[in-house]
Amino acid sequence: MRILVIGLCCMISVLAVQAKTITVCPSCSTPTIQKAIDQAVSGDEILVKAGTYQESGLTITCPLVLRGEGMPVIDGQRKGEILIIAADSVTVTGLEFQNAGVSHISDLAAIRVKRHDYFTVTNNRVINAFFGIYIENGKHGTIKNNVLLGRANNEMDSGNAIHCWYAENLTISDNLVRRYRDGIYLEFVNKSIIADNLSEFNIRYGLHFMFSNDNSYTCNTFYDNGAGVAVMFSKNISMTENLFAQNWGRSSYGLLLKEIYDAEIIDNVFQKNTIGILLEGSTRLNYQNNNFVRNGWAIQMSGGCLDNHFTKNNFTNNSLDLVVNSRVNNNTFNGNYWGEYTGYDLDHDGLGDVPHRPMKLFSHVLTEAPEAIILLRSFFVDLINFSEKVSPIFTPENVLDEAPLMQIVK
Amino acid sequence: MIKIQNLHKAFGKNTVLNGIDLHIKKGGRITAVLGPNGSGKTTLIKCILGMVIPNTGNIQIQGKTIAGQWQYRKAIDYLPQIAQFPENLTVRELITMIKDIRQAPAQDDKLIQLFGLENYLDERLINLSGGTKQKVNLTLAFMYDSPLVILDEPTSGLDPVAMVRLRALIREEKQAGKTIMITTHIMSFVEEIADDIVFLLDGKIYFQGPIQALQEQQQETNLERAIASILDQKTSSLSTHALTS
Amino acid sequence: MKKILKYTLFDLLRSRWNYIYFGFYLIFTTSLLMLSGDVSTVIISLMNVILILCPLIATIFGVMYAYNSREFTVLLLAQPIRRSAIFWGQYFGLALSLSLCLLLGIGLPFLYYGLSSSGAAWEFLTLLGNGLLLTFIFSGLAFLIALRNDNKIRGFGLAILTWLFFAVVYDGIVLLLLLFFRDYPLENAALGLSILNPIDLSRILILLKLDISALMGYTGAVFQKFFGTLWGTIVTLLSLGLWVLIPVLSIRMIAKRKDF
Repeated sequence: MRILVIGLCCMISVLAVQAKTITVCPSCSTPTIQKAIDQAVSGDEILVKAGTYQESGLTITCPLVLRGEGMPVIDGQRKGEILIIAADSVTVTGLEFQNAGVSHISDLAAIRVKRHDYFTVTNNRVINAFFGIYIENGKHGTIKNNVLLGRANNEMDSGNAIHCWYAENLTISDNLVRRYRDGIYLEFVNKSIIADNLSEFNIRYGLHFMFSNDNSYTCNTFYDNGAGVAVMFSKNISMTENLFAQNWGRSSYGLLLKEIYDAEIIDNVFQKNTIGILLEGSTRLNYQNNNFVRNGWAIQMSGGCLDNHFTKNNFTNNSLDLVVNSRVNNNTFNGNYWGEYTGYDLDHDGLGDVPHRPMKLFSHVLTEAPEAIILLRSFFVDLINFSEKVSPIFTPENVLDEAPLMQIVK
Repeated sequence: MIKIQNLHKAFGKNTVLNGIDLHIKKGGRITAVLGPNGSGKTTLIKCILGMVIPNTGNIQIQGKTIAGQWQYRKAIDYLPQIAQFPENLTVRELITMIKDIRQAPAQDDKLIQLFGLENYLDERLINLSGGTKQKVNLTLAFMYDSPLVILDEPTSGLDPVAMVRLRALIREEKQAGKTIMITTHIMSFVEEIADDIVFLLDGKIYFQGPIQALQEQQQETNLERAIASILDQKTSSLSTHALTS
Repeated sequence: MKKILKYTLFDLLRSRWNYIYFGFYLIFTTSLLMLSGDVSTVIISLMNVILILCPLIATIFGVMYAYNSREFTVLLLAQPIRRSAIFWGQYFGLALSLSLCLLLGIGLPFLYYGLSSSGAAWEFLTLLGNGLLLTFIFSGLAFLIALRNDNKIRGFGLAILTWLFFAVVYDGIVLLLLLFFRDYPLENAALGLSILNPIDLSRILILLKLDISALMGYTGAVFQKFFGTLWGTIVTLLSLGLWVLIPVLSIRMIAKRKDF
């Protein structure tokens, strides 16, 4: 069936030698985009000139290109959704979408892709929408270079900037998403790439995976979100070269991992987050070459985490490096650089000769009485930490780095 | 000059002054305050200086009650028993400091010369010997022309030459018409220099009057023996008291 | 009072111990700045040292100075000058000389390494201000202890115990209380307890400037919220102010009645 559709498209484009361009401008013979869509057939291009168009509910039902020139504005005037893509191979580029509708019953979006594939949404701006770009059951799509600016105040009254539900083979890159509930939300999305996005000031998560497998995200920046990235109930996620910064607050973290399996977390930077990484029930994860700098807690590990392996990470200037809330675990922390390590290296092999215990007694105390945080960095706390370090009683004995690095990993 | 009425002072349970009445008239006489250790000599002097606050009683100096006052001390020169000064000040700075506090004309140059302190002026006090410190102490005490001079053990640690000079100095002050109070253990010094004696025992004045009167009363020509005989009477009366009771 | 203060300062500024104290801060701060270019890290390390050392040194020096100058104090007492002027003069002289050591000892290296360009000026000033306050508070307490106890050994012991209590034991008690009553909401109690201890209060104020509390989740946010408000600032300043004022006024009260 799909092959047939693609074939048809090709035929059409070959046939449409005289595929026409319909120009829309306020003073043209086609003054509205709706009119242009009505006139267009497969393969046509609709060129929208600069200006403001007060339209909504635009539905594209055949493959065509909708291109803006000089950033024309489509003002939805809060009447429902603005643009619905209900055909394969549609390109939307260079347009600004304003004032899509808000609803508490349905997830209204500025741009919705509905059950069709091969879409391209690039270089658009979405201002002030409930949901920004909503992919509902689409494959092989590209969402690139868009700017989505929201004004979310709380979780209940806001939607996500880029929301994908049942999708595959998406490329989401170079977008700026700001002030929505989630910056990028993926549910049942597989084999997709999220790269080079900047996601900031979102109320809940900068990037959110639910039940989404075999994805990778790389070179993104997650700045000052409720929490940077949440990966939940997913498998095979590769997380590389991202920056998680300034995600702080009541229960905030750079990266939340919940019920996930088989992930690689490499070359990321976690900077000034309340918690760098929070793990719950996560299994078979590798953490390599990450930098944990100035976080409240670099890593918090709750129960049910198995086979997490940390190597060649740098832990510097975190208030607390590690909290492990379970006694039984087979997670390893070998060959990392710990700024607080006080051992020596007599044989000059670059590895400390005494193991390092990254979990302090005070971390343990804090899980029992969080208010004790008010004693952070007090002399008494240093004393109890020291005595615990000398002879561990309360902290799990097997949480230790047998070969701590003497030099920071570049 | 000094008028003390019914002075009581106890440190905790330890009664040190037990009803002292004392009147020292103005001018030209030297009064020695004597008594065994713990008899309250120093406490009495400290009460006059306002360092110790009496439990009851009244002290007047130049006709004014001193309780709670500090200006009256302008009329007093005081030589403390132990000479300890801020370690890192020089002699010159120390003298300037006291002059700074008192704001009155001082004859420090004369005294510095008298005690041969010229070469020590820029030395820090921590580097001085005990004797030199005592000379500094004396300089500070005699610098001013105050009508009342109180000397607490002035002879301690002095070399013979300085002793001679000290005696001369005290006589000079006496000639100038000042009232002088001295405490000391050295009886020969008292005999030589004092006019009147106040003898304290157990917080009370046992004797007050000229030296000759004491000697006559105890029928001893020697002051030391006169004092000793008072103490003898005291202990024997105590023991008879103990026997009868 | 000014005269006594002036000469006490003359005396103490030439004291070898003062030079050692100054030299320690100078060398320590310089080496920290050389080892780590990051000013915030240096401030945290300095904070740990200052919170322990300022109170300790102020306590020890305070007691030592008060006992050492006792005989001279007696001489001064015989001069026409108010008692309170003598003790306040000596106290402020001591506190100021220690403060100068701190100020120059950590100030000079920071100036040399270019504090203004680092953007950490505010954190640095908070650190310094708290160091100075602690110096004043603890030298005041030490003077008070020395005034109340004629027995040097006892006074010295008491002073060290006082330091130990505020620097270590107090936090231990707070921690035990928090653990013991952990089923209750204790944010306000924890706050109240820390405000009562000047060392704790200083530590929290410095940490807040370093943004650490914001990193510390919900409870940290509660504390920051309190100290960020006008009310919190007033309470904080009031507490530190009282801690300076109470010893100073007590010195006067005790000096008035004391026998020497």
